[in-house]
Amino acid sequence: MRFVDEYRDPDLGRALAGEILSLVEPGRHYKLMEVCGGHTHSIYKYGVDDLLPGNVELVHGPGCPVCVIPMGRVDDGIALAHEPGVIFTCFGDMMRVPGSDGSLLDAKARGADIRMVYSPLDALRIAKQNPDREVVFFAIGFETTAPSTALTLKRARAERVENFSCMCSHVTIVPPLRALLESPDLRLDGFIGPGHVSTVVGARPFEFIPADYGKPVVIAGFEPLDILQAVAMILAQLSQDRCEVENQYKRVVPYEGNLRALEVMAEVFELRPHFEWRGLGFISHSGLRLSEAYADLDAERRFGVPGVRVADPKACQCGEVLKGVIKPWECKVFGTACTPERPIGTCMVSSEGACAAYYNFGRFAREREVV
Amino acid sequence: MSPNGASAPPSEREQKILGIIETARGKRAKFRDNHVTMAHGAGGKATQGLIEGLLLPALGGQALSELADGGALQAGGVPLVMSTDSYVVKPLRFPGGSIGELAVNGTVNDLAVSGARPAALSLSLILEEGLPAEQLRAEVEAIATAAREADVEIVTGDTKVVERGHADGMYICTAGVGVRDPRAALSPTALEPGDRILLSGSIGAHGTAIMLARGEFELDAGIESDTRSLWPAVEAMLQAAGPELRCMRDATRGGVASVLNELARASAVAMIVREGEVPVDAAVAGAAEILGIDPMYVANEGKLVAFVAPSRAAAALEALRAVPGCEQAAEIGEVRAAPPGMVLVATSFGGRRVMDQLVGDPLPRIC
Repeated sequence: MRFVDEYRDPDLGRALAGEILSLVEPGRHYKLMEVCGGHTHSIYKYGVDDLLPGNVELVHGPGCPVCVIPMGRVDDGIALAHEPGVIFTCFGDMMRVPGSDGSLLDAKARGADIRMVYSPLDALRIAKQNPDREVVFFAIGFETTAPSTALTLKRARAERVENFSCMCSHVTIVPPLRALLESPDLRLDGFIGPGHVSTVVGARPFEFIPADYGKPVVIAGFEPLDILQAVAMILAQLSQDRCEVENQYKRVVPYEGNLRALEVMAEVFELRPHFEWRGLGFISHSGLRLSEAYADLDAERRFGVPGVRVADPKACQCGEVLKGVIKPWECKVFGTACTPERPIGTCMVSSEGACAAYYNFGRFAREREVV
Repeated sequence: MSPNGASAPPSEREQKILGIIETARGKRAKFRDNHVTMAHGAGGKATQGLIEGLLLPALGGQALSELADGGALQAGGVPLVMSTDSYVVKPLRFPGGSIGELAVNGTVNDLAVSGARPAALSLSLILEEGLPAEQLRAEVEAIATAAREADVEIVTGDTKVVERGHADGMYICTAGVGVRDPRAALSPTALEPGDRILLSGSIGAHGTAIMLARGEFELDAGIESDTRSLWPAVEAMLQAAGPELRCMRDATRGGVASVLNELARASAVAMIVREGEVPVDAAVAGAAEILGIDPMYVANEGKLVAFVAPSRAAAALEALRAVPGCEQAAEIGEVRAAPPGMVLVATSFGGRRVMDQLVGDPLPRIC
């Protein structure tokens, strides 16, 4: 595939791996967090971490938008889906995320009309095709997907689609990063910045990371060479005692972000005072809800949701795993109460989360030498 | 493998936890769900739970517990294989085939990869009230043509009609009987380290064609289903490798990845797949890229995976490539001893990863 294969060239990958090896101090252990779930997926899909030296460790961050949705929020969604006359729509990978009593997929099996969509506009189309039903779109994701939700709501307003509403669970990337960085026991040396989010918000919002916390950030694309190059750029900063935001993904990310998208978001959304993150707890100003101007399209106001609060079990230590303080297997509930079949925290929900990956492939990771 | 040396050896506590996980994973899958969900039909872990947790304990005899594509039996001293399958595909017609053709080839292929020459099929039609006669006629025609091409006779059948809204137009169920080829000594537990993994052609076409034919993606790629009888491919390999042909599987639901995982577990071996050797047509690769789906998990309807002892692997591959429709057959990897039950991929990019079992339907990702 042209314009894709170029970023997957194994020879260039080996060259970058060599460069990375020349940048590390042999005695030092490096922990770099890739913030975005999309990076985690690429790292896994291409086996990128296999090309890194043993003392460079990638820590999967809090940037998987489905995994951070807390149980209570899933329960609220399921309650809405069971309202008479409702067609509940959401992205495919949200359907498997467990609430306190099963997932949306389970609710569908129990008779709720839940449909997978590929974009919020699909949900709006379903609303137009079913004027006698109430269609709710379960909006999730970081700043990457929030603009498309915002545009869809604007269109619903313009076209007077009155049976459409949105249960907004959009989140923003900076507050959870700040929460991680605030922690005194943080063990991270640098960040691979989220490429997709940055296409919208730009690079500027990440400047506080080097400025206030002294950690380098390199915004990266999603092809394997992008990720290796970002690792090399972070290590270069560390070896040269530099600390700044760099943009590896210049072909897509403008430093100022997408001003038009930010404008639309500002019109349609406002910050919630606080939002709960699975495994991380409540974080101030980290979630979005519909602004007053769009309150009539807010499913939570239209139907009233139970507002279920399901506390993460006390023993869950996702926060510490994300901060790199403990390894997945050191968590009290890992492998016993918390398994991929019955996950408790965000790190076990996605198959690429740190805990799920360790649960499924831990022995392989340990036995690489013999394979 | 890490160029800068390995990390520290696992501590006693980590070893213990790895042990707990392995014990849990080694246990037979359970069926603990309160409801059947679509995941139970997707061929991954949930399906395994349904089969190993509910069906096998209740029904399993010797033949069934092999969990092969067909069950072995003897009738009057003749070794037979029997298999059955139901077809619920939507839409009924799609580029490259239709439900009628699938209903013949799917069951024929389950017999073929069990080492049996397909002899006879039964045919059950479940028709929805209101189905246009023209569509029914077209499917009956497709069944007749596919049966003729696969050289099997439809020897018995049944028809039922259900009320409107109950069967998506039509469902078809076929069962087949085949005569086991004397050269075949196949078993899912027979794999040994060193065995080579052969694939009979390019993957992912059927599942991708169906996804696109449903019209949900507004993508048009001209991809056609690969539905065909695999008996000619099986016969060519039996001729070339005889008892050195250890096992074959038809890579339908769940794709090649699911076949490899099932067999790695059944034989308690590891496998390594060289991603760059796996044939995928450019159009399928492009569609999969856009949809965020891995072709290794996408269904095929005319592709088999075969495991051959190293001494006969080259001969089997050559024989396979001479069969019409299998020109792109390739050796995609080999069986290793450890870690047992795991399928590893050497990626084209130069890294390695685990190719896990599918958890449920392959759902498009947002992140």
